[in-house]
Amino acid sequence: MDSFRSKIIPVTTILVGVVAIWYVFAVILNAPFQRDLDQRANETPGAVEFIGKTLSQPKPTLPAPHQVAVNFFQNTFLRSVTSNRSLIYNAWVTLSSTLLGFAFGTALGIVIAVGIVHVATLDCSLMPWIIASQTIPILAVAPMIIVVLAAIGITGLIPKALISTYLSFFPVAVGMVKGLRSPELMHLDLMHTYNASASQTFWKLRVPASVPFLFTSMKVAVAASLVGAIVGELPTGAVAGIGAKLLAGAYYSQSIDIWSALVAGSVVAALLVMVVGIAGRLVDRAMGGRPA
Amino acid sequence: MSGQSPAVVSASKLGLTFQTNDGPVQALSNVDLTIGKGEFVSFIGPSGCGKTTLLRVIADLEKPTAGAISVNGMTPEQARESRAYGYVFQAAALFPWRTIERNVALPLEIIGLSKAEQADRIKRTMELVNLSGFEKKYPWQLSGGMQQRASIARALAFDADLLLMDEPFGALDEIVRDHLNEQLLSLWDRTNKTICFVTHSIPEAVYLSTRIVVMSPRPGRVTDIIESTLSRKRPLDIRETPEFLAIAARVRDGLRAGHSYED
Repeated sequence: MDSFRSKIIPVTTILVGVVAIWYVFAVILNAPFQRDLDQRANETPGAVEFIGKTLSQPKPTLPAPHQVAVNFFQNTFLRSVTSNRSLIYNAWVTLSSTLLGFAFGTALGIVIAVGIVHVATLDCSLMPWIIASQTIPILAVAPMIIVVLAAIGITGLIPKALISTYLSFFPVAVGMVKGLRSPELMHLDLMHTYNASASQTFWKLRVPASVPFLFTSMKVAVAASLVGAIVGELPTGAVAGIGAKLLAGAYYSQSIDIWSALVAGSVVAALLVMVVGIAGRLVDRAMGGRPA
Repeated sequence: MSGQSPAVVSASKLGLTFQTNDGPVQALSNVDLTIGKGEFVSFIGPSGCGKTTLLRVIADLEKPTAGAISVNGMTPEQARESRAYGYVFQAAALFPWRTIERNVALPLEIIGLSKAEQADRIKRTMELVNLSGFEKKYPWQLSGGMQQRASIARALAFDADLLLMDEPFGALDEIVRDHLNEQLLSLWDRTNKTICFVTHSIPEAVYLSTRIVVMSPRPGRVTDIIESTLSRKRPLDIRETPEFLAIAARVRDGLRAGHSYED
């Protein structure tokens, strides 16, 4: 009852509002083309019929929600998962490079953070470059990575995953630097009184203290990885994947396809963030976290 | 009383000056002090008198800038490296991701004791601080007093002869504090450890100590050292006896002489 009041009602209200606004704009944006069509066909439909037509164009400027829903449903549930029109197949292609890139990115981020926390020179020299790396637009970098790697014979999953890595190592590195530095002075003094070695302090104090920071930054990183994988599919001439679906939809003005690929991407992103969140909560519980 | 026993801590002309952005701050100046084995020495004074700093110098958490200090006949650094003392902080400083018994085990893991030896020491120290039955609890499941008792157990498990305690009961209410004071005394009596205890409570200092070191601020220095005439066995109601009140009055006089009550 409580969660119904505090979560479901507000979320549903916003959803209904968004869908209503979407319908209004679908009518407004599709109307000029429909008016054009009607004029050429010498038809003068009534208001209701006209609105109905704007919401059922085959290649609308803005597809209506139900058109996207139908397309999404057909391409998700009614197609065999091996078909290259299946959204599940395309989502899997993108997901596999997302996960590989995310794993690389998390590992790289942690290694960089450990280096920065333990080596003063790296703290001064590496951090500005890490921040600078994220100011370069990924759309400019992605094709170069693909081309350079293809030149040395690396193609397929790895180049796409590396673009995900490029986007996802950053939040993990920044979050872990903060996490590894999060132990209180008193806890560090305590380890000092025990004459603990640097590696004992690292494993017994810094690492466990950084775990909450790791999961928070991994939530950001996994979403960034997905964006990286989709962007990575755009300049590669990829034949499958959510990015490839978006590009193909754009070439052939299949606006409904674009939108349903977009929905598929959001669903994957939501699932990924949720999985990381659940993993974080399980780890927190196992580490004696106070139930909220 | 303390003269015959070998010195556990010995300081002469000890001084410590912190360099801050507002210029040098003299935290300790000209401290001469000898602490014998088995003594219970309290350091009392207003905040800023350097009592915590002195304890941190003994523990090698701060380096003195003048004078000399030895712990068990070694430099504080050597003493720390040979794990000569257990330190209890103002807060319990337990690791929230470890159960109480794993917290007590932390120093034992660091020294590299066997699992069996660890279990043995955990059991013994948990009994000493009356926490048996709470081994599997996480710190947040315990009251403040119990958490501080767990942190004392952790310091005891280290099994050093010297126990350094920095206002360990400062954040606790008076009832819990009385209780823990009583327990600490009986623990000291049973284990025969040397204890250095920082406090800003006069009754606490008089009740616990065999010697009371009165300190004053600006610069932090020792103004008086008072030998207690109370016997080792001290029930709580000893605090109403004339003997107790006389010592408390001397401590208060010492603080006043050091201008501790002035602004």
